[in-house]
Amino acid sequence: MEADIVCVGFGPASGGFLTTLARGILNPDGSTAIESPSVPGLPLQVVCYERADDIGFGVSGVVTRARGLRKSFPDLDPAQIPMAAEVKDEKILYLLDPVGASRRPALMRAADVAIRAVGGILGVKDSAMELPWTPEFLNKHDGLVLSTGQFTQWVGQQVMGSGAAQIWPGSPVGEVLVEEGGVAGIRLVDQGVTKEGKPSEGFLPGMEVRAALTVVADGPVGPIGRQLDKAFGTPEGHQTHDWALGMKFVVDLPETCTLEPGTVLHTLGYPEPEIFGFFYVHPNRVASMGIFVPSWFDNPARTAYRYLQHWMLHPAIWRHVQGGRLRSWGAKTLQESGRRGEPRLVGKGFARIGEGSGSTNVLTNSGVDEAWTTGVLLAEAVLELLKQKKPFTAENLETTYVSRRRESWVDKEGLIAERARDGFQRGIIPGMIGMMVAGLTRGLVAMPGNPMPPHRRVPSLEEYYRGRISPEEIQTIRKESDAKGISAHAALMERAGWPAIPFDGELLVSHQDALLIGGKVQAPAGYADHVEFLYPHDCTACGKKICIEMCSGQAIFPGENGHPAFDREKCIYCGACLWNCAKANPKDPEKGLIAFHAGAGGLHSAEN
Amino acid sequence: MSEYQIVVCGSVVPDPLQTLEPVSGPAGPALKNEMMLPAWLDPWAGHALFEAANLAAKNPGSKVWLVALGPKAKLQQTMMTLAQKAPFELIALDGSASGFTDATGTATALAEAIQAIPGLDRSRLLVFGGWESASRGAGATMQIVGELLGITDQFQGVDEIGIAADGSLKVLERIEGGRHQVSVCEAPPALLGWATGNLPEPRNNPQVGMANMRTIMPALQKAKPVKAGAEGLKFHSVSLPKQARDTKVVKDLPPDQIAAEIVEWITNK
Repeated sequence: MEADIVCVGFGPASGGFLTTLARGILNPDGSTAIESPSVPGLPLQVVCYERADDIGFGVSGVVTRARGLRKSFPDLDPAQIPMAAEVKDEKILYLLDPVGASRRPALMRAADVAIRAVGGILGVKDSAMELPWTPEFLNKHDGLVLSTGQFTQWVGQQVMGSGAAQIWPGSPVGEVLVEEGGVAGIRLVDQGVTKEGKPSEGFLPGMEVRAALTVVADGPVGPIGRQLDKAFGTPEGHQTHDWALGMKFVVDLPETCTLEPGTVLHTLGYPEPEIFGFFYVHPNRVASMGIFVPSWFDNPARTAYRYLQHWMLHPAIWRHVQGGRLRSWGAKTLQESGRRGEPRLVGKGFARIGEGSGSTNVLTNSGVDEAWTTGVLLAEAVLELLKQKKPFTAENLETTYVSRRRESWVDKEGLIAERARDGFQRGIIPGMIGMMVAGLTRGLVAMPGNPMPPHRRVPSLEEYYRGRISPEEIQTIRKESDAKGISAHAALMERAGWPAIPFDGELLVSHQDALLIGGKVQAPAGYADHVEFLYPHDCTACGKKICIEMCSGQAIFPGENGHPAFDREKCIYCGACLWNCAKANPKDPEKGLIAFHAGAGGLHSAEN
Repeated sequence: MSEYQIVVCGSVVPDPLQTLEPVSGPAGPALKNEMMLPAWLDPWAGHALFEAANLAAKNPGSKVWLVALGPKAKLQQTMMTLAQKAPFELIALDGSASGFTDATGTATALAEAIQAIPGLDRSRLLVFGGWESASRGAGATMQIVGELLGITDQFQGVDEIGIAADGSLKVLERIEGGRHQVSVCEAPPALLGWATGNLPEPRNNPQVGMANMRTIMPALQKAKPVKAGAEGLKFHSVSLPKQARDTKVVKDLPPDQIAAEIVEWITNK
């Protein structure tokens, strides 16, 4: 099939790209401004293929300064977008450990004792202290609280309604067509296949969609972006060892909650010092709340779901949500290498935008607005080339798109942020100091640190729990968990002092209930498994199995002989297994033993 | 071989597994956050559409229309997925799909839209739809559509249609006891309310999607607003089927005991 522009993935970056492009393709009266080279007589043929079963599934709630969004929509009224609100109040809470199980460094423990001792003076309430000051670089006071799912749907409706582009959800892109030193389009995944990918009932081979320009916006763990990295290499100094998993609940707040729409709470310190929390209040008594679990949290049993529940039960959070009800749940990977994760942005016939293009700002903790803006910049470049009837060569894209990007606030602020998080490689306290220093000096000074892949930094379970759980007991817990086909983190955490979760069926629900009543997770039949264990023997021998412990949907679980097994129907496509593997790939030690392909299904909630 | 004109009636409904909550609004009952819920073509109507596409593919020269009723934004959203499944021409009706409508009003809107299709030939006309709906399931809408169109050959709970050499239609309808009643209809026009049919959901075909979308967006832009009979209706009470969720963690329970607990749970609910 022929098109003029094919876009991979529909999120904020593609939203910015297609919104801007649509305004240039058609005249205000709806007539054609730019004719299609591939189908003469018609407007430019633009198609966008999205992996998830609908647009807006599988993305996350955010607080954003919305500079790029407001530039695209100067008259933006948040009331037009479901769940959007102007930021009214922003606070940072330092959470003390109310249960005594958090692994805090000695300095932090000493600080906690001091804070508790003079709690009355510092205003400590519910085991939490509000920081008196929010650094300017973190501030979102002029921004918006959004459900990215609802925002993306709102954008998608307008793009589709314009008639200038077609967006097709439920259409995973399997391959990029690399030909003659460039990209000639994409190939969708096969349908009607077994889980191993062999033709089955209703087999339909993945169709090729050829286009003069392929726009890759498939996010931080997108397979097409990684295929481009492999085919065309990455720039010198490029690294993607910094990641985080963001997991959240969307909650109907109880009548007793007094938080106003637009309230933003950031938390640090609990459940573990390395885990940060967020709480955004939407209109109509709804909140998005969750945690970030970073790749430098060296716990091989770093479950996000269990930690999220402990975070929610912290008195400073629980007082706002007790009596509420779970509406939605989800998780996604965040690429936290920022600008150092920037790949080759352009080549012959392709360009990259969004989070997978290294646009996330790791100092200001902002990604959606940056991703959107990269899409806008590419659209402006594409329209310029189309009007001048110039081809999409690497050179032309370099002089139009990349040059715009280098001049943009996204790039300039990305450079300031580039080393801001390096200190976290040494621990939470150097990390916090490093981030503060980098922010206050606009990136001139930063705490040094060397981001590394998991196999070079994550200790064994025995090392991590040394002094808390004996190696023999860890082995027993592992064997029992393997025999039951479940992850070991619950037993390990409870043995290490974390209390059992008091399930209430409303907010505190089992992990599988979160999938069902929160994420409404589904997987269409007829697609291959998208998670593949490349070296099964090594996986069986792995003592850490972070892939199992951190799997957001319990889709990876102990199978036969403790070997990780995969259940596609539970996968929410967060992609954590891609960067979590603690075994080096023999062919590429920078990577792990899990292949993460294009796949269908996942979350069926657009409220995330 | 016949060249059929197949008109499929279908509304949109919330995607399965969504949490539905009736609320009272100024215009009567509605679903909480209806516009935020992911939508999908009513599964019964979906079967009808896929059967229609299959019949049209086997009878070259045939054409399929989809007359779809729902909020315009939700129809657009649904088409983004559906339009890759089967070739059809959309006739969009912009109205509520919450289920808080009455069958006569909905059927009237559908029948009027069908009658307005240019070049419709009753001697080739087959009207398809779901024999009930996932949103309300009154089971009456398609029968009323048929009556309003003057189509008296009606079949409900259809699982299969076959075309004989003489052009007659052989229809399998579900009846009690898990059996089918076999009927022969001499010729169109006929109305078929589909049960599940026998066809799997078609795979996504990008070429079909591209071709469909060229007519879908203009159809959505000129979607006719319809009230679908909600005006003047009074709902005395609205409730969802009782849903109860008890979460507990029990380890190493034998299957028999699990089964016994489930039976007890159901009995007590």
